[in-house]
Amino acid sequence: MIEVQSLTVRFAGVTPLDDVSVAFPGGTCGLIGPNGAGKTTFFNVLSGFVRPAKGAIRAYGEDLLAMADFRRARWGLRRTFQTEQAIEKLSVFDNVAMIHEHSGAKRSTRRADVLDAIEFVGLDISPKAKVGGLGASDRRLVELARVVVGNPRVVLLDEPAAGLPQTETEQMGSVIQRIPQQFGALVILVDHDMGLVSKCCETTAVLDFGKLIASGPTAEVLRNEHVMRAYLGTEEEL
Amino acid sequence: MIIRGVVIVGLLAVALFGVPHIAGADWITTSTSIAIYAVAALGFGILYGRVGMISLGQIALLTIGCWIGARLAYATSLPFPVLLLAAGGITCAIGVLVGLPALRLSGLYLALITLMFAGATTIVLSVHDFPSGGGGFWGSSGAGALTTSTPSVRRPSWAVADVAFYRYTVIVCAILFLLALVHVAGKPGRAWASIRESEPAALAGGVNITLYKLWAFALASFVTGVAGCLLAAQVGVPRAITFQTQDSLTLAATALIGGIYSLWGAIVAGMFQQGVPFLFQAQWGINPNFILIIFGAGLLQVLLTAPGGLADQLPKDLTRLGRLALNLVVSRVREQAAAEKKAP
Repeated sequence: MIEVQSLTVRFAGVTPLDDVSVAFPGGTCGLIGPNGAGKTTFFNVLSGFVRPAKGAIRAYGEDLLAMADFRRARWGLRRTFQTEQAIEKLSVFDNVAMIHEHSGAKRSTRRADVLDAIEFVGLDISPKAKVGGLGASDRRLVELARVVVGNPRVVLLDEPAAGLPQTETEQMGSVIQRIPQQFGALVILVDHDMGLVSKCCETTAVLDFGKLIASGPTAEVLRNEHVMRAYLGTEEEL
Repeated sequence: MIIRGVVIVGLLAVALFGVPHIAGADWITTSTSIAIYAVAALGFGILYGRVGMISLGQIALLTIGCWIGARLAYATSLPFPVLLLAAGGITCAIGVLVGLPALRLSGLYLALITLMFAGATTIVLSVHDFPSGGGGFWGSSGAGALTTSTPSVRRPSWAVADVAFYRYTVIVCAILFLLALVHVAGKPGRAWASIRESEPAALAGGVNITLYKLWAFALASFVTGVAGCLLAAQVGVPRAITFQTQDSLTLAATALIGGIYSLWGAIVAGMFQQGVPFLFQAQWGINPNFILIIFGAGLLQVLLTAPGGLADQLPKDLTRLGRLALNLVVSRVREQAAAEKKAP
């Protein structure tokens, strides 16, 4: 459960998030909106990269904004980025183990946990393989293994299937869907692929120009007039 | 893994027992220097190859290690291993201070700041008439006294002769490489790789970037400081003039040529830094300025075609060469067999 209250972010003259209040109840939640709507900025606030001008975020009752940025991973916050960020020079195993090491999880179970995470995402390659030699979809799966290892509580996925073909997007979707059940983590999924969002997310929130324009059950939200207008524009503007 | 271990032990055995048998006195001195500068290149490699922080002040840290080693040798009667640790420890503290700007700066700006540090060190040591002789830690034997009355920095009692000290140096340097290997293969190495790939991603993964960046500076400075103390004992009376600011640049160039992502690259860099100039000057009598041209050409080659340096490229090229030779032999044999079939 994440509760966001009156969250506002200002960069010199621009307000990428404007008084946003929203709750992500649990399971897999979607966060959608046109380009520049403030989705990634919201993730950056959660990660501690951006300090909000005002507002509060409570995650499972704790004040997330009061935590130092690097400590949030230890608390259980995980994220991926729009551009894939798996570490090229390390093996698949080390990529995942690196997150486990900083998560505060027990050292004695590291090997088993890491191998479980790799198996969970369905990576069908040797854990010893260097990530630099992998294809795009395998690297995305390595990233997913990195976010689920070491007791995650909140998982932020920023366009995890961007640039992947349809079949691989579907495989990615089925992995994402299983995360809450398997690890008990809340997943927030940002993506432009509405098929993926509606398949994975029970609830969805929509941002447009930094403001929350809709939130609720995904099917309802996607039919919402304001949402359709935000995505497709209006006749008057045309 | 096992093959790598065998190769390492084999090479170490050759360095310890093979080289002293075949090399003359001048090559023993040069080999000692190669081992020392390989450690300096290792320090540069940890910072740039592993974490992505370019530091051009590594020779300055080597000089500081050398200065502290020399002064402590004059001022105290501590056993030599303690001198090594003290020089390493103090250089480590100074290196961490130098690394503080790295928390805010990167790329060219960090390179400039560290280069200025190297320049400042050179000036301070020249003004102070390094190592300035005399008793005590700050003692000085007066201007111009360096020529005759400055005592030599002592060597370990059982490694006073050049060959024995060469072996001592190789063993200490091997331990320093092992220390680096343990770091690189462990938790710090993975955190560094993560920072090098992307700082935001490392932060999101829970890596305390401040801690791990300073840790890299601490390790690089420690090994360089220990190497500096070895250098003081090897040279006997080190002179400020032998440590020039631009040496930090040639060290960076040779480290890149050797291979910045591999610990082997540091050894190749040590050979380039000390072995090639010796070959050119003392053995072949060629103008040493040519070396700079060769390093420049080597650096261009690395930047354009072999980012992994010699340590990465040589095994690949040798494999390719081997495959080519094998193909050649196989096709010859096939041709011969075909010709023999036709003949009857």
